[in-house]
Amino acid sequence: MKILITPRMERCIGCHSCSLACARLVHQRLSWDMAGIRIASSGGLSTGFEARTCLACTQAPCAAACPTGAYSQRRGGGVIVRKNICIRCGECARACPVDAIYLDPTGDPFVCLHCGKCVPYCPHDCLEMKEVGGGSPAEKAEASEVAA
Amino acid sequence: MIRDYFRVLIVDLASGKGKVAYVPGRDEVAGGSGLGALLFTKYGKADRPWDDPEQPVIFAIGPLTGYFPLMSKTVAAFKSPYHDQYAESHAGGRSALALRFADLDALVLTGQAPRPSAVVVGSRYLELKEVHYLWGIDVQESGKLLRRMFHGSGHRSILRIGPAGEQKNAMAGINADTYRHFGRLGGGAALGAKNIKAVVIIGDGSFPLMESKDYPKLFEAVYQKLTATDMMQKYHNLGTPGNVAVLNELKAMPWRNLQATTDLNVHGITGESFAETALLRNAACAGCPVGCIHIGFSREKFQADYRYFYRQVSYDHEPIFATGSMLGVTNCFAVLDIIDVVEQMGLDVMSAGVALAWATEALEKGVVTEKETLLPLKFGQHHAYQEAVRHLAYGVNDFYRLLGQGTLKAAAHYGGGDFACVLGQEMAGYATGEVYFASQALGLRHSHLDSAGYAYDQKHEDKEVEKAVDFLVADEASRAFLTSMVACLFARGIYTEELLAECLKAVGYGPLADSIDAVSRNIQKLRWQARLSTGFNPANVSIPKRFTEVTTWKGQVDGEFLAGLKNAYGRSILQLAREEDRQG
Repeated sequence: MKILITPRMERCIGCHSCSLACARLVHQRLSWDMAGIRIASSGGLSTGFEARTCLACTQAPCAAACPTGAYSQRRGGGVIVRKNICIRCGECARACPVDAIYLDPTGDPFVCLHCGKCVPYCPHDCLEMKEVGGGSPAEKAEASEVAA
Repeated sequence: MIRDYFRVLIVDLASGKGKVAYVPGRDEVAGGSGLGALLFTKYGKADRPWDDPEQPVIFAIGPLTGYFPLMSKTVAAFKSPYHDQYAESHAGGRSALALRFADLDALVLTGQAPRPSAVVVGSRYLELKEVHYLWGIDVQESGKLLRRMFHGSGHRSILRIGPAGEQKNAMAGINADTYRHFGRLGGGAALGAKNIKAVVIIGDGSFPLMESKDYPKLFEAVYQKLTATDMMQKYHNLGTPGNVAVLNELKAMPWRNLQATTDLNVHGITGESFAETALLRNAACAGCPVGCIHIGFSREKFQADYRYFYRQVSYDHEPIFATGSMLGVTNCFAVLDIIDVVEQMGLDVMSAGVALAWATEALEKGVVTEKETLLPLKFGQHHAYQEAVRHLAYGVNDFYRLLGQGTLKAAAHYGGGDFACVLGQEMAGYATGEVYFASQALGLRHSHLDSAGYAYDQKHEDKEVEKAVDFLVADEASRAFLTSMVACLFARGIYTEELLAECLKAVGYGPLADSIDAVSRNIQKLRWQARLSTGFNPANVSIPKRFTEVTTWKGQVDGEFLAGLKNAYGRSILQLAREEDRQG
């Protein structure tokens, strides 16, 4: 299994290409919010940028907080989200300690699926997919199905 | 959001209330430049002065904003305090995507706020917030306070003015997200006259994309062209400052109020020199992976024992020309020190630098004295220029107040018009020859980007007036369409008419894609009509003598050729606005 990591954010130029790619390719939206990775200036433009994205917790607080089981722990880190059983309660976003989950105005949650579709769009190579092991073929198939 | 009309938020600053207008015309004017002119025609008061409270200040984006890379600029349209005529000024930063995600094709501000205020808009938000405590605070500091006051970090745009705009200085710009600007023709004063310190645009909306796979495929192809080929390399490598050495070598770099076009001391202010000694990092406009913004630093020793503070200052070719070569300053850190003050004051750097270059020569020649300039301005003395920038922004005496209304206005009073480097407004950093001079003098924005006159000069040895004017007119139409999309003009080599048609079709603007040529000409016509309705007459534009004294690599500028170009281009402009058949 691979997870998305952001090891070189000091190189970020704030173009938002990663967020726009996630929204476009994963969620079929034009958005810089409805995305698993969002870019914010850290204390104003003059101090650079930070990525708000899932840190791939292995004991994800968002999954623990989810009252319907729509969130489940993904092996290797992060979560798998089944939107068809999500009740839009927002508990996941409130539980996330690093503000990695975006809720749209209807309460629909957007969180990184660790699919890596954003990575090639970063012009400065800030992002990387890291192999963390684990994940059965069935789990991988499930993850990609949810992403699509 | 794809729609065959424009969704426009009109905010009445007197009441703080807004209304959403649905304005038809997508297939006729596209957006951006075309939309700005259309909205000025609808809401502007051509026969009233620029600071009449009813005059609109318009911010417009285009049909492709946010949908494709480098569709990342916003067009500001307003009646200019500089010439009291219709004007456009363009900026990058985040405002284009913020407007897109606020679900607005344009924001129109009319009326006058009763007290200093900030306008805050989002897809589900409108507020006119009184901010009297920000009035008088410089651009950097007010940016910090505004960031703390409003939510949406990273997905909002903060446009604000500095003391120059508050003073209604005709050279005041609007700062866009710290490092970009609606610099030229006094947009800062247009907001200042409305008591508007800041416009905060919160991009908090999202839209479903079309189901077809064509769009993401085309996006990928365009993105590859922009990043995987070397077509944009010059913009993210040295950036526009790469021009400094090239133009100096070509004898096309204005030095010391255009007394020379080349100088051996250029090495201290070349793009290479900045990159190697002063570059801290790059930044990008939202939606652009190129990252052409180059940020250097200015540091100041404020106490003994090596106590310094520093500020981050963005630089480009034009600011380097205006505060470097034009003022005889040949050290990159000295240039950044001057730019830093210009930024704090909220002045347009090109106008301010060129105005102070004239003031320096005027003082040298005895046209004015230190009683007027208050400082011993001398080419190369950068500390005096830092102070002079403050004097100019605040209009500390009659001389600086007049100079802030335009160099020619000061020259009309004090003398020295022959050496005022003004081509419609203070010149840009290209002394390439006759075609460029005529192009900036008469171009709609008086910008080096109205058409590629500077490139024409470099490629043509002949002096055929008709051929050059035909080029300027055709190139302007093509650029007017690009700035209606609204593309960054750095991408003009990639966004050909064919590619633009593909992009428009892919997102659902089929009719517009099929009529690019006619729409381009319609936009061109509409913009000139807006300009002429506010009093522009090409015959009234004069090109100061200094421009005919210039020697470029082609030799001395040919005054007769220049006059011929100006007259013929002027006639073409009048024709453009009149032609009955130029309908979209």
